[in-house]
Amino acid sequence: MLREELSGIYFILLKDLKAYYFKPPNISWGILFPLVLTLAFSLRNPAGLVELAPGLIAMAAVFGTTSMEAIVITFERRTGALERLLLAPISLRSILFAKVLGGTVFGLMISGVMTIIAMIIFGMKVTAPIWFLVSLLLTLMTLSALGALVAVSVKEVFEAQTLSNYFRFPMIFLCGVFIPIEAMPAPLQIIAYLLPLTYSVHLLRSTTIGVIQLQGFTITLIALSLFLIGFLFAAIALLKRSLT
Amino acid sequence: MNDAVSVKSLTKCYDDHLAVDNISFNVRRGEVFGFLGPNGAGKTTTIKMLVGLTEPSSGSASVAGYDILDDIVEVKRRVGVVPETSNLYDELTVWENLLFASRLYHVPKQERSERIESLLKTFHLVERRKTKFGKLSKGLKRRAVIAAAMVHQPEIVFLDEPTAGLDVMSALSLREFIGELRAEDTTVFLTTHYIEEADQLSDRIAILVKGKIKTIDTSENIKRSVRGTPVIEAFLSTEPSAKVFTEMECLGEVELNGRRIRIETVNISEAIESLVQVTSENGIRIEEVNTIRPTLENAFVKLTGVTPETMKIEKERGRR
Repeated sequence: MLREELSGIYFILLKDLKAYYFKPPNISWGILFPLVLTLAFSLRNPAGLVELAPGLIAMAAVFGTTSMEAIVITFERRTGALERLLLAPISLRSILFAKVLGGTVFGLMISGVMTIIAMIIFGMKVTAPIWFLVSLLLTLMTLSALGALVAVSVKEVFEAQTLSNYFRFPMIFLCGVFIPIEAMPAPLQIIAYLLPLTYSVHLLRSTTIGVIQLQGFTITLIALSLFLIGFLFAAIALLKRSLT
Repeated sequence: MNDAVSVKSLTKCYDDHLAVDNISFNVRRGEVFGFLGPNGAGKTTTIKMLVGLTEPSSGSASVAGYDILDDIVEVKRRVGVVPETSNLYDELTVWENLLFASRLYHVPKQERSERIESLLKTFHLVERRKTKFGKLSKGLKRRAVIAAAMVHQPEIVFLDEPTAGLDVMSALSLREFIGELRAEDTTVFLTTHYIEEADQLSDRIAILVKGKIKTIDTSENIKRSVRGTPVIEAFLSTEPSAKVFTEMECLGEVELNGRRIRIETVNISEAIESLVQVTSENGIRIEEVNTIRPTLENAFVKLTGVTPETMKIEKERGRR
């Protein structure tokens, strides 16, 4: 049974990558987006790029995961293709997990390009490679699950895009990349800690330009994992409710 | 032997709308079961409940011997569903779509290619195997969707408007395929707007109106049960005067229209004898005589209250 669920997840993921994510325009965008991000920030402040690098990787992760994820799910709901998956002998949670993995893989491509640029052009060093990879994957899965949650909450593709922006931009501005969280007014600090990207940036910083402090790092990992679990369960519940 | 589908007091309520109202019926293994009703009667909702796309508000059902609430994954393994919309993946080729379906339904790896090849042949899609689904015509898309539903060799096939939008030849070929399924003992649950299609293919028919089942029986019995006054229709050699048939009016309603005479009567033999006598006395030959039997469409109209005009619109909608 578990084997069948896992193979179902794998085949849905393969299908999504082929049918949606790895299309030439998406691959071009996946490479161009980190390059444009790099160029924009290089012109603004060439000296502080290393400091900014973990934030840029997190930003690439945000756009890489949520943009496509929300489109894929809402598109499949509209065309009835999601119904095809729901008719198959696979659980609803496995279907949604496969969808989240699709966004994760695409996000990994974009944030991977950003990481390579940061290492080659900015001179960023990954001090704890395994923990960096764990942090990046957890970030991508969490953001992809958020994209899935947004997608199952709406009916139209444009609604998914609009609703995603309600989360994307506050997350980017409040995650501590542009303004240190300590320097923010207290209410904004509270909001910052309610957003998953704040924890992602902390993890990515710790594993690249910073130092891993075991207790803080573990708590941040747990916090981000809780966001992932919360988003997944909420998305499954919403999708299930939409079926009844 | 267990029934292929067994439904008991199944009900589905959406907010304040009762889509399916306490229906009960059984579908025997190996039969083609026609499920008819006007738009909004609850046909698709019933199918959705039976295949696990939506949960019933109350009641129970088993499909292929498995409970739809407790063992829906087992149900899904054993059924093939052809939804009303052709919902394969536009960006994948016909072959890739069928391969994906076979993987999703856990068809053993060594059997996949052979089965897909066989389905491509059955549905005349061999030359389109490398064509993206999005590039196919409506008829070819429909065939590919049906092929995808058959890839795991289901025990029960749910066909929701399978011939809607198909050209005459494709529809004919699909009807032949449904006949082959019956010969192979596969149970077919068929919903269609085309009453004559259901009449031709189904062993038994259920007619659903406003979420309730009005009747379940063979097509012949349904026609018989709603039969109104029989009608005799005759074509005469010359156009007679209405006065000629005045004495026949005691037998029933007589309607004369040019050379055609229509007699609505409960006493067919007496009416025919009287017609022969009257025409010969007046030097008129009877060129053709028919007794008109009610069609399933007549029965459907009588049971559902849907006018022929509405049915025509629904049919046109089905074709688009």
